[in-house]
Amino acid sequence: MTSSPLLTLRVARKAFGGTVVLQDIGFALHERQTVALLGPSGCGKSTLLRIAAGLDRDFDGAVERAPALAGRPGSVAIVFQEPRLMPWLTVAENVGFLDGKRADRARIARLLEEVGLADWGEALPKQLSGGMAQRVAIARGLYTRPRVLLLDEPFSAVDAFTRMKLQDLALEVSARHEIALLVVTHDIDEALYLSDRILVMGARPGRIHDTLDVAVPHPRERTDMRLAASRVDVLKTLHDVRAF
Amino acid sequence: MTSGVPGKRPGSKRPGKEGAASARPSGPAQGAATPASPAQPGRARLRARLRGLLLPAAVVATLEGVVRAGIVPSHLMPAPSELLLTFEYLAHGPLWKHIGASALRVACGFALGTLLALLVGALVGLSRRAEDFLEPTFQALRAIPSLAWVPLLLMWLGIDETSKITLIAIGAFFPVYMNLVAGIRNVDRKLVEVGDMYGFSAARRAGRILLPAARPYLFTGLRNGLSMSWLCVVAAELLAATQGIGYLLTDGREVSRPDLVLAAIITLALLGKTSDTLLKALEKRALRWRDTFAGREA
Repeated sequence: MTSSPLLTLRVARKAFGGTVVLQDIGFALHERQTVALLGPSGCGKSTLLRIAAGLDRDFDGAVERAPALAGRPGSVAIVFQEPRLMPWLTVAENVGFLDGKRADRARIARLLEEVGLADWGEALPKQLSGGMAQRVAIARGLYTRPRVLLLDEPFSAVDAFTRMKLQDLALEVSARHEIALLVVTHDIDEALYLSDRILVMGARPGRIHDTLDVAVPHPRERTDMRLAASRVDVLKTLHDVRAF
Repeated sequence: MTSGVPGKRPGSKRPGKEGAASARPSGPAQGAATPASPAQPGRARLRARLRGLLLPAAVVATLEGVVRAGIVPSHLMPAPSELLLTFEYLAHGPLWKHIGASALRVACGFALGTLLALLVGALVGLSRRAEDFLEPTFQALRAIPSLAWVPLLLMWLGIDETSKITLIAIGAFFPVYMNLVAGIRNVDRKLVEVGDMYGFSAARRAGRILLPAARPYLFTGLRNGLSMSWLCVVAAELLAATQGIGYLLTDGREVSRPDLVLAAIITLALLGKTSDTLLKALEKRALRWRDTFAGREA
């Protein structure tokens, strides 16, 4: 973690109209690190992710990207809460969406295999289940060879079992492709299972109340008692910030 | 505080690589029935077709009876069987020439109107500035019934083909234009953001996301525009023409032959229906990806 960060975020103030949604936030994302933004609905964590992605530029502060990320489209990829596939394109065309007709077919096939959808390249999005569509979205994110993958509550719309499989998939691909993950979530277990560092956020205005390092090496077991112990800390913090 | 310890969970081992859908077929069912468009088996489809024929058949039978019984004078309303004879006569004579003339005018006018609508519609749909400049004018023009242009067109362009095709183009323009603009403006912002994420230029965003996504609206516009084209061709031909279905209509009236008029009307119905069916087939092909409500039985 001594290397210079891939992504550094400083948000002094972000407001929608008169309402301040984010205040005095700063954190960095390092290479091969997984950071979770954990907090209740309305704490501005998705807004923070959109700022990190460069989709929202209307705020006081700055997003600094490492030179390795600057300038190349897709070096920071995002997987949204919904799959957001183009319904008129096949699964394979969606994965290679950045390049359109000139997409690298071999790479698309490899990625589809990686996310467990090897036979589905010619299918249309309407033929997919929610979990499968989200896998396609992950493959699309990976297609651009990102160094940073931003995940905006990516697994909140699928059932608990699919969610666990997708979490494993996210960890797998981030390890294999050496991608740093920034995950927005309101699921404490998800944050604990995925991340090296949890930023606990409170609402109105959204700010980071606590930073918690999860010192359990990967691969982790969901039953690990160390995670259970950390869970207590997280719950205490969330209680302190009146998240519930 | 300790109640939520995840230790009780059934252990899940990494890596889990099964597909998200546990019951998964050997591959995607290409072109197979999807929930949105159930492929009707042959018999059910036939029955659906027959249902559609029921009403016209009843009307024809009633007319035949009513005219034969003398309840309606046959010089005003020829019996369907008589109409058939008229059709036979026309089919051996001038009918094809009339159909050809009208169809050619519709094809030219519709193509011209559609082309212009695509250009202006895309511009207004994609650019808010273009919208500011153009939209009020086009809204005002749209409020003018297209037939109101007829006198001007006749004065400016004469009574030959140019004025007719222009009228049809005006008629076809607005439905296509309106629907294309609405289609572009109704594209899900979430899809547009995917392009933003890739740093798409405005042109790329339009070509890769906005225009493809607007196609369902566009096809609605095209079909409306086509029916407007048929309306306008008849109007144009009613006024000044020596051939075309509209001319057949006037001719029938001038020689007091309701059978000619009815034959022309039926021909128009068939032409309109045929061209719409073609467009609909094209639409179905182009919008195969759509996941929408297809109507229910009963």
